[in-house]
Amino acid sequence: MPVSKEILDEVALSQQEYQLIVEKLGREPSEVELGMFGSLWSEHCGYKHSKALLRQLPSRSKRVLVKPGEENAGAVDIGDELVVVMKIESHNHPSAIEPYQGAATGVGGIVRDIFTMGARPIALMNSLRFGPLTDAHNRYLFGGVVGGIAGYGNCLGIPDVGGEIYFADCYAGNPLVNAFCLGIARADKLVKARAKGEGNLLMLVGADTGRDGLHGASGLASRTFEEERELRSTVQVGNPFLEKLLIEACLELAETDWIAGMQDLGAAGLTSSAVESAARGGGGIEIDVLRVPRREKGMTPYEVMLSESQERMLVVVKKGYEGKVKALFDRWELRSDIIGCVTGDGIARILEGKKVVAEAPVNLLTSSPVYQRRVKKPEWLNRLQDFDANSIPDLSRKNANSTLLRLLASPNITSKRCVYRQYDHQVGDNTVVLPGSDAAVLRIKGTKKAISLTTDGNARYCYVNPYLGGIIAVAEAARNLTCSGAQPLALTNCLNFGNPEKDDVYYQLKDCIAGMARACRELKIPVISGNVSLYNETKGEAIYPTPVVAMVGLIEDVAKHCTSGFKNEGDLVFLLGDSQTIGSSIGSSEYLEVIHGITMGNPYIDLEMEIRLQHCCLEAISRGLIKSAHDCSDGGLAVALAESCLVNGLGFMSFNWKAEGRMDAALFGEAQSRIIVSVAPKSMWKLEKLADRYHIAATRLGTVGGKRLTLKGYIDLSLKQLGEAWWDGLEKLL
Amino acid sequence: MKFGIIIFPGTWSDRDCHYALSDILKQKVEYIWHKETDLSEYDCVMLPGGFSYGDYLRSGAIARFSPVMTALERFTAQGKLVIGICNGFQILCESGLLPGALLTNDNLQYRCQWTHLRTENTSTAFTSQCQKRQVLKIPIGHYEGRYYADDATLAELEADRRVIFRYTTATGKITEPANPNGSMNNIAGIINKKGNVLGMMPHPERACEPLLGSSDGNIIWESIIASI
Repeated sequence: MPVSKEILDEVALSQQEYQLIVEKLGREPSEVELGMFGSLWSEHCGYKHSKALLRQLPSRSKRVLVKPGEENAGAVDIGDELVVVMKIESHNHPSAIEPYQGAATGVGGIVRDIFTMGARPIALMNSLRFGPLTDAHNRYLFGGVVGGIAGYGNCLGIPDVGGEIYFADCYAGNPLVNAFCLGIARADKLVKARAKGEGNLLMLVGADTGRDGLHGASGLASRTFEEERELRSTVQVGNPFLEKLLIEACLELAETDWIAGMQDLGAAGLTSSAVESAARGGGGIEIDVLRVPRREKGMTPYEVMLSESQERMLVVVKKGYEGKVKALFDRWELRSDIIGCVTGDGIARILEGKKVVAEAPVNLLTSSPVYQRRVKKPEWLNRLQDFDANSIPDLSRKNANSTLLRLLASPNITSKRCVYRQYDHQVGDNTVVLPGSDAAVLRIKGTKKAISLTTDGNARYCYVNPYLGGIIAVAEAARNLTCSGAQPLALTNCLNFGNPEKDDVYYQLKDCIAGMARACRELKIPVISGNVSLYNETKGEAIYPTPVVAMVGLIEDVAKHCTSGFKNEGDLVFLLGDSQTIGSSIGSSEYLEVIHGITMGNPYIDLEMEIRLQHCCLEAISRGLIKSAHDCSDGGLAVALAESCLVNGLGFMSFNWKAEGRMDAALFGEAQSRIIVSVAPKSMWKLEKLADRYHIAATRLGTVGGKRLTLKGYIDLSLKQLGEAWWDGLEKLL
Repeated sequence: MKFGIIIFPGTWSDRDCHYALSDILKQKVEYIWHKETDLSEYDCVMLPGGFSYGDYLRSGAIARFSPVMTALERFTAQGKLVIGICNGFQILCESGLLPGALLTNDNLQYRCQWTHLRTENTSTAFTSQCQKRQVLKIPIGHYEGRYYADDATLAELEADRRVIFRYTTATGKITEPANPNGSMNNIAGIINKKGNVLGMMPHPERACEPLLGSSDGNIIWESIIASI
C-alpha cells in the first residue's frame, strides 16, 4: 500500500474507496487526482450516504423545471414567463471555526448558486441553531454568525426576509448555519451549469485563487472535527463587494448569447465546478493551472485545484466570443482569465504548463460510491417516545400567567427582532410582509402575484421521533405559507445530521427523510433542491437530527395576502383545527422542556386533517373572510394568541373557553394542524360554513380588543407585560 | 424633466430609485455610470444607497474620487438638484458637497426599520409639497448613519434651517428612542447652503407604495418635480 492512512484521512477517503479508485483507474492516482477524488467523493459533493435515501423525496410537479442535482438550484414556474430559483445550503463547520466569515461565505455561496443560473437574487433567509446563550462561547458564535450574515448580505443589497433561530445544548460545539437564497428569472433566460461544446473556453472570473479553504468539502463538511486551531485555514474569507460586482456582471452576461454555461466555485473549488459541469455537459475539460491567477506564490497544482477562495465563477464561453465577454467583465473591473477548454473525450485533464498532473474520467470522478444500510431503531429512542404525561403534575391556575411569560421569553419562542433588524429586509422594493410574521411575502413586480417564504424544522421533534419530526417540518412550513395566503409550490431542504456511519444517526436520517417524503407526497409539494450536512458532532455526540425546510408559495393576488397580527377591535377570534385537547400534545413541547426540563414524548400530527385545514384556511383568505391567520406552533395556543396580540398591540378577551383535559396541554401543548384566525363579525357565519365544508372544527375563542390578553380563569396579562417578555427576551440574553 | 441615477460599483438602491420614479411617478429616468463626465442632460441627479466600493476604508471615501463626482460638482454649481440617499448622503459628505460626517450607529449595528421623519423646513425644492412639520414614515437601512458635525457647523445648520428631516415619534416628538442611530439633534437629512443638494439617510424610494407599508417617500419626488 503506497498511500498512508494519514494521507487518506486528509482527503477523507477510506481504504476501500482508495482501492476502488485504483481498480477503476488501472493505476495509483496522482496526488492531484487523489485530492480531486477526495473532494468529489466527499459527502458534501457526492452524497454517498444520503443519495439512496434522498431518492424517496418527490421532486416533480407541473411547475418544476429542473431535476434535483441537475443544476445549482431548483427552479419553479410561477407563470407570467417567470421562474423562481432557490436553494438552501449549510455552512455549519466553517461557522463553528470562524463564525463571522463562516456565515458570511455561507451567504456568498448560496447567492452564487442562484445568479449562476441567470436569476436575480431577491431574497435571503437563514436557519440557525446554537448552544444556550448562557455560555460565553455560544454568545460569541451567535454574534459572529449574525454579524457575518448582516455584513455580507447587506452589502449585496438582497433583502434578508426571514428564517429561524433555535437553541439547544447539542449545538454548543456545532452551531448550524443554513443559508437560503431565492432568485427570479425569465424562463427563457435560465443559464445551464454545463461545460458543453468542444472547443468552448473555460474562463475563470472574479477573485484570485489563494490557499484559503483547502479541503473545505472533504475535511470540514464531510467528517467530524475537534481541533479547531488546525482547521482555521480551511475557512474562507469573504469579499461581498466583489460578489456584488459578480452578480451584476454575470446577470448582464446571462442576457447575451455569448456563453454556453456558467458555474460558481463553491465547495471543492475549481475541481467540483469544472468536473461537475463537464459531467452535466457530457464531455471533458482541460485546465492549465498555470493560467489560474494566484493570490500567493508557490501554490501547487493540488492547492489550485482544491482552493475554496470565494467570489469566483467559471464561465463556459462560446468560442469566438471571449473578447466580448472579457470586455464585459473589464467594465465591472473584474479579472477574467481563460484557463482551459471543453474537450470531447470525457476526461478531466489538469495540466501544469505542458505537464499532465491529473487525468481521470469525468464519469468516474462524479460517481462516488453510494452506501445504504439496514439499521434497527435504537433502544433509547423507544424510551424517549414512551412518555406518560401523567408522570408530571398539571399546571395550576395560579401559575398560568407566569408560565406564559416564561415561555414568551424563552430563547426559542421570543421575538427575533434584535436579529432581523440587523439585516436589510426592505431593499428591492418587494417586501410586503417583513420578518416576524409566519412567512415573508414579496410581491413580483410587473404582475399581481406575490411569493411567500418560510423556513421550518423543529429538531426536538425529530430527536424524539425522526419520522413524525420529518412530517411536521414539511407540514408546518406549508401551514406557515398558508397563513400568508399562499399556495405552497416547492421546497428546498438542508439535512443537518451527525455521523451517518453510526447506526443511530443513519436511522435518524432514514426515518426523517421518510417522514418528509410522506408529507411532501400528501401535501403535493416537490423537493427541488437541497443539501446534506452530516458529521455534525462534538466529542462524539451528534446534534439533534435537524432537517430544515425552506418553502416557497404563490399568492395569485398580492392584495389578498394575510398576516399574523390581529387587525381591528371587535373582530372575532377562532381556532381552526382540532379544538379537543390532545393529552399527549405536550410531548416534545417547549413547555415540557422549559418548565419541566424534559425532552420526551411524541409530537402530535394528523396529516390528513392538516391537508383539509390548509385548504380551508387558504380558501378563507382568498375569499377575504379572515383578517389574520397565525400558526399555532411552539408554545401552543396561549403563545400564539399572545403573538397575534403583540404584532399590532391589540388585546384579546376570551368568551367561555375552557381547558378540556390537562390545562398545560390545552394552553401550551403543540398539537399540529391548528391556526388562529380573526374575522369581522359579519363574516363569522361564512367562516363557520366554510370550515364545516372541510370538516374542520372552528372554535370561537373570543374577541379582539383592549390592551390585555385574557383567557378567563386562566390567563390575564397586560400587553406591556407580554411585550417585555416577548419583544426583549432575546436581547436580554445577549 | 429628467432624473439621473448614478451607479457606483457596489450601489444597490439604483433599481429601487428607478422603480419609484419611473413606475410609480412616471418620470423620465436614466442610469448614469460612475465614469460619466457629463451630466448636462439631467435636471436632478440621485446618488442612491448601497455599499459603493464595499464601503471599504470608510463609507463613501472611495466613491468620491469617481470621475462622475467632478461632473457632479459642476452640476451643483449650476444650481441643479442633487439628492443623496444613505450611501449617497455619505458620499456627498465625503466629497464636501454637504457638511459633517456619518459615523457608525451608536448601537454598533446595521439597522433596518421604519422611522418617522418630521419635515423641518417646507420651503425647499425637496419638501415644498409637504405640510408644515409633516411626519413622514420612511425606513432606514444603514450601519453608518449617525450624523455628526462640529458645534459651529451644527449651529449654522440649525440657524439656516438646513436641517430638513429629524427622526421623531409617529406624532412628531423628538425623543431619544425615536433616534435610531444616535445622530446629533436627531438629524436625518440636511441641505447645502444653496439649497439644491439634499442628503438623507432614510430611503424614500422604499416608501413608494401603500403595499410596501408607506407611500410617504413620494412627496419628496413630487416636490422636486413641482420645483422644476
